[in-house]
Amino acid sequence: METICFDLGSVEQIPLGQGHWFLIGGQDVAVFRGRNGRLFAIEDRCPHRAGSLADGIMGEGKIVCPLHGHKFDLTTGQGSEDCECVKTFPVEEKDGKIVLSYPFPTTEAEKNVGATDFQR
Amino acid sequence: MKKKIVVIGNGMAGARIVQEILSRDSDLFEFVMFGAEPYGNYNRILLSNVLNQTQEASDIFINPLSWFEENKIKLYAGCKVVKIDTERKVVLAHSLPPNASAYAVHDEQLFTGEPFEESYDHVIIATGSRPFVPPMEGFDGEGTFLFRTIDDCHRIAEYAKSCRRAVVIGGGLLGLEAARGLMTHNVEVTVIEAAGQLMPAQLDIASGQMLMRNMETLGITVLTDHKTAQIHREGGKVHSLVFTDGATIPTDMVIVSAGIRPITEVAHHSGLTVNKGILCNDQMRTSDPSIYALGECVEHRGKLYGLVEPIWQQAFVLADVLTGFKPNAVYEGSKTGTKLKVMGVDLMSLGEKEPGLPGDEVIVYREPNKGVYKKLIVRDNKLYGAILLGDADAANVLLQMFFNDQQVPENRSDLLFGEIKRSAFIQAVDLPDHAQICKCNGVNKKTIVDAIDGGAQTVAAVGGKTKAGKGCGSCRNLIAQIIEAKLGKVSYDPSEHYYVPGIPLEKSQLVAMIRAKSLKSVSAVFTELTEGKEDPDSKPGLASLLKILWPKEYEDERDARFINDRVHANIQKDGTFSVIPRIYGGVTSAKELLRIARAAVKYSVKMVKLTGGQRIDLLGVKKNDLPKAWKDLGMTSGHAYSKSFRTCKSCVGTDFCRYGIGDSIALAQKIERRFQGIESPHKLKLATAGCPRNCSEAYVKDIGAVAIEGDQWEIYVGGAAGGNVRKGDLLCTVNTHEEVLRYTGRFMEYYREHAKYTERSYGFVERIKIDVLHGILVKDSLGICAQLDERIQKAVDSYKDPWLEGEVPAYPAQFEGPQLAQVLKETENNS
Ligand SMILES: Cc1cc2nc3c(=O)[nH]c(=O)nc-3n(C[C@H](O)[C@H](O)[C@H](O)COP(=O)(O)OP(=O)(O)OC[C@H]3O[C@@H](n4cnc5c(N)ncnc54)[C@H](O)[C@@H]3O)c2cc1C
Ligand code: SF4
Ligand code: FES
Repeated sequence: METICFDLGSVEQIPLGQGHWFLIGGQDVAVFRGRNGRLFAIEDRCPHRAGSLADGIMGEGKIVCPLHGHKFDLTTGQGSEDCECVKTFPVEEKDGKIVLSYPFPTTEAEKNVGATDFQR
Repeated sequence: MKKKIVVIGNGMAGARIVQEILSRDSDLFEFVMFGAEPYGNYNRILLSNVLNQTQEASDIFINPLSWFEENKIKLYAGCKVVKIDTERKVVLAHSLPPNASAYAVHDEQLFTGEPFEESYDHVIIATGSRPFVPPMEGFDGEGTFLFRTIDDCHRIAEYAKSCRRAVVIGGGLLGLEAARGLMTHNVEVTVIEAAGQLMPAQLDIASGQMLMRNMETLGITVLTDHKTAQIHREGGKVHSLVFTDGATIPTDMVIVSAGIRPITEVAHHSGLTVNKGILCNDQMRTSDPSIYALGECVEHRGKLYGLVEPIWQQAFVLADVLTGFKPNAVYEGSKTGTKLKVMGVDLMSLGEKEPGLPGDEVIVYREPNKGVYKKLIVRDNKLYGAILLGDADAANVLLQMFFNDQQVPENRSDLLFGEIKRSAFIQAVDLPDHAQICKCNGVNKKTIVDAIDGGAQTVAAVGGKTKAGKGCGSCRNLIAQIIEAKLGKVSYDPSEHYYVPGIPLEKSQLVAMIRAKSLKSVSAVFTELTEGKEDPDSKPGLASLLKILWPKEYEDERDARFINDRVHANIQKDGTFSVIPRIYGGVTSAKELLRIARAAVKYSVKMVKLTGGQRIDLLGVKKNDLPKAWKDLGMTSGHAYSKSFRTCKSCVGTDFCRYGIGDSIALAQKIERRFQGIESPHKLKLATAGCPRNCSEAYVKDIGAVAIEGDQWEIYVGGAAGGNVRKGDLLCTVNTHEEVLRYTGRFMEYYREHAKYTERSYGFVERIKIDVLHGILVKDSLGICAQLDERIQKAVDSYKDPWLEGEVPAYPAQFEGPQLAQVLKETENNS
């Protein structure tokens, strides 16, 4: 596994309490900024019907999918439905910038784990 | 071998007795049923709903034909029994020719061929009654009707289509129901009553006369003290009525509903003792020991009944006797009380209408201007009689007390006014198991409790299992009480009443808190009321409420909004958005259409669709294209994405339509311009119609204005035509467009302030009740109209087209699509 750090630009571009959709090496990632300033990053694709979680409403460390209201824990990725969960990524603020670490699979086996097509 | 029961008559009583027997022992008897009507059995008392078009005929069946099969009941539908041969113990019957009336007195010539036979061990006669036609000339044939069966309903409705005027002879319960039913068929209705008042059997003179005025405000003409001598025809068609004093009135059709007479021919021909009805003893046995009778055809202890309640009691006793459950069960006669189901008039009468003994207490309350009359007669501290007119809130309580022989409370006035619904002495829990809760379908308390034990938790679920609450619906409060009482011990969920799930307060409490603490943003509400816990599901509801409470000072935090309200477009399942520009009153222009077409091409819109709200929907616009698309359209937002005022449909109205009597287009445009973008607990869809033909479906809108003769507009509120379909209730009738705007705004503001989040107006109107709304919003009974008007004006003034944010976004990334990330630095990490 190879982890690459990305600079996603100023934290200010995400309004407090909202999310934003980034494309990272061809993958969709949603980054959220809590009202207290805390950052979260998760895969931007609802396992239910592929809703964009970046457009959801957040609160209490959870995000609500805008399409059918399934909920996901922003820290663990666990969904409100037992069998649903999303990937989470480490993200932090450095000098007013959002810095996110994204793990890219390197071996064949890693590539096949949880492979999904990221089409929307 | 099983004993064989032959039931004659497949009506309310016939069906009931079979059900009662089956519920005691389903293996004891073999059943054969004869019904003169060519159907399975249906709930006759709901025929009024079929005639007034609130229910389909198919909705009122009690048992479909499959029920008969499942229970191995042999049903001869459309067959008439002519005689019981008590010597040979067989029943003789003929098939009725198609279109023959089920209840007419048939002469032998009607039947060709030999009758067929069914042997029996027991016979139960449940032949009911037939309408009584007072002596008059010319009743029969085309244009004259009776009101007793489904076929009658269909015939009346069909014939009314070609009529302008109808007359109902008979001002009793059924006559009035027939009259109101006819009104829905767009005919002018006159009710003729021979006595000096309406409903002489149930009402005293004062209330009978007051009811007459109530009926007149519904648009029904009432003539009392009139006896009909003749139905006059011209060219074969009904033309007018001639009264005994020589006066006449014009009419195109006549319905006679002047009382009923028991059907006793079968009993008579079979040698049973018949007086006015078929004579029965306390076990419902006739003069022949193998033959029983029940229902309207029966005379018991000198009394005949014309309501269903006594039938349920008779069936209960007879089933006990026949199955041997309680061979000596005794029917002691019934008390009768009834609620009139005529739409728009609340009425209940029970027991006697006048005091009988010198010691009887009479308590009367009247408010003639409101058409309210309440009267109680108390004997020995129990109800002896009661009449409620104009306000029947207390009806359920009174009926339960009366039927269950309960003591009335010390403070008599408590009984007459609504609050006793909640007071302690008439709790559904205290009622005995056999207390009849649903009178329409004869469901007792025990059955309902069993259903709750079996898992039913809502009124609807109880109805699903037991049919309770599915008739006129007036018992639903009681059912709710029983559920509440039962499940209260197990699991009562107060959160149902919270305005939003994350804050344990009802709307009124929450509003009071917000006002008291002057909370103007969603985060401030969380900080003050939940110690900062931000429940995501509560955010949009709070945002909507705050905007309503503080139209101008509200601190708009966009993260509390649902995505649709962040970007002013409706999210689709593929993450793209739909764009619906406002088209005021559904009137567009060629130029606008060109711009719409160009935008659709430019932004590769996936579908262009005409909506139900008379607008054009561009589906499949990407988020980052929204501002450009709006700019190219050069139109304002249609708010098709938010919980707010949506659109006002209109019909072509006076300008072009040959029926138009009011300018519906201009009104719709004024409404849209005034109320565009007004937030509300749920969406508000409006319409205006140029006449009662209602081409724009104004009757089923949240608010609808319908032009009527005399340059007036009727304002309906609480209509629905989505998953629920409901005709709106008439709030008031006004003269000008400006008044329509005023009452529309007033209703909207009241709804905005008092409805639960996501409660549509139909639920709201049903919950608050139209007469209460009328009082508050039209009569200004709370003195708040001026404030409501002022507050809605503030909201109107604070309107800004949200699509302007396309030019100057509220925050930088508002309409941005995905952002490409820059690699910061690379680190090797083996994990
Ligand atoms: C429009 C309307 C509204 C009403 N509203 C109310 C109300 O709100 N509350 C209330 O309590 N009551 C109401 N009633 C009265 C109630 O419907 C009757 O009390 C009840 O239907 C009587 O039941 P029954 O079985 O005795 O007679 P029915 O229901 O009339 O059944 C008798 C059946 O027997 C059939 N029959 C007759 N003779 C023969 C024969 N020889 N062979 C075979 N079949 C035969 C008839 O065709 C009929 O189908 C209403 C009645 C009507 C018409
Ligand atoms: S509702 Fe009346 S006025 Fe309007 S189009 Fe229909 S018929 Fe014409
Ligand atoms: S797509 Fe997310 S809940 Fe359905």
